Amino acid sequence: MYQRKAIVVNELDNVASALTDLRKGEIIEVKVGNIVYRVRLASDIPFGHKFALKKINRGEHVIKYGEVIGRAVKDIEVGEHVHIHNVESLRARGDLKKSE
Amino acid sequence: MELLGYDRVNGVGVRNHVVVMATVGCAGDAAEKIVQLYPKAKLLVHTQGCAQTPPDIELVEKVLVNLALNPNVYSVLLVSLGCESVSVDKVVDKISSVKNVEVVRVQEKGLSYAVSKGFDVVKRMCEDAEKVSRTTVDFSEIKVAIKCGASDSTSGIISNPVAGRTADLIIEDGGTVIFGETTEIIGAEHILEKRAVNDIVAKKMYKAIDEMEKRAMSMGVDMRGGQPTGGNIRGGITTIEEKSLGAICKTGSSKLVDVVCYGEVPSKKGLIFMDSPGREMEALTGFAAGGAQIILFTTGLGAPQGFPIVPVIKISGNPDVCRRLKEHIDVDLSSVFYGQESLDDAAKRLFDEIIEVASFKPTKAEILGYEKFFNIYVKGPVI
Repeated sequence: MYQRKAIVVNELDNVASALTDLRKGEIIEVKVGNIVYRVRLASDIPFGHKFALKKINRGEHVIKYGEVIGRAVKDIEVGEHVHIHNVESLRARGDLKKSE
Repeated sequence: MELLGYDRVNGVGVRNHVVVMATVGCAGDAAEKIVQLYPKAKLLVHTQGCAQTPPDIELVEKVLVNLALNPNVYSVLLVSLGCESVSVDKVVDKISSVKNVEVVRVQEKGLSYAVSKGFDVVKRMCEDAEKVSRTTVDFSEIKVAIKCGASDSTSGIISNPVAGRTADLIIEDGGTVIFGETTEIIGAEHILEKRAVNDIVAKKMYKAIDEMEKRAMSMGVDMRGGQPTGGNIRGGITTIEEKSLGAICKTGSSKLVDVVCYGEVPSKKGLIFMDSPGREMEALTGFAAGGAQIILFTTGLGAPQGFPIVPVIKISGNPDVCRRLKEHIDVDLSSVFYGQESLDDAAKRLFDEIIEVASFKPTKAEILGYEKFFNIYVKGPVI
């Protein structure tokens, strides 16, 4: 059975989600609307996890579903795993409130 | 659209349960022992009902009453300790105007007496319940609640969009859809706002979200790890915003007609938001108290929970979970994941499943008896 390796939900997104376990070094071709991304993975991406389609600089928004899902806390290169180690939430941050 | 249900004075039931419900945490053992002796009855035990602030006690009373009044319930035995803060008389009064309710109290003559008396009551109630049969009822009487739990990345891409399209079909057919999980709107509220029928409804929604976010923030920490949960994060969900944007797909595209408080029965038909937390025990309880006769439950990682008085239909778009946890998943959406079935076709399949479950078919959670999930969501401290 043919299986897509990754999915991009919206044309505005700068991340894709893996539809199977992906290996570092694999080249993933993924299409959304008329845009085709060709990305070499910089790390293993487990099923359901995200990787960057574009370079996302520290402080820039991470976009999925065409909406902001958080902010990069460090520079994220194309093909890198995008998750809690490099993205922070912008909401319900009681920790930030305390330090204000 | 019609289905086979139980025509009651306050709505249509899809099940005909006799319920043994503890009024307070301390009466739970007695309630459990009665159901052990007469397992046809459904057990509702929880941890609330005493030593709480008055608004929470009132809320517990309201939820107990509304659970008893759920049209899936035929009659009710309340199991009380005797000295609890909850006013059992008040609860009985409100239930008795609609259906048969009786009470046993542990402090009257002890546990053994309460269990023996309770057993007799429940046996009689179950025998009476068997005399009632299903008749043809209109689908527009049905309220379907939609919940997502143990979510992963497939939830926002497969199972929630399918559930959302089914929600639209339910509302087109005159039914009502309730969704909740206030925490899981954080970051997606601007999308739902556009679907609110008016500013008042939009403001009510924002107020509920703002209060929930402030409660989470009052702990002085980043809530990540609690929401999204550890399991969500392992499944690839990074932030509450990402979780919420995937979660609201299950609400479909209909207009949001009203916002109700936790455990409140909606007075309007259509898409309703109930202010409630994301945790299963409290969310499912709120929906059942709100009168939902059926609950759709999407899951990525494989949430097995049912609810004692409401059939819960489990839906997953994660092929591995559908394979491993076949005994828990009612509607397998692997075909959508593999691109062999459209979201719309799967939504129709899910709608047909609702009609079957409403009319006769037991859910996996009902078959397995994985349904002892009940707790009431209170906001104040235990005092």
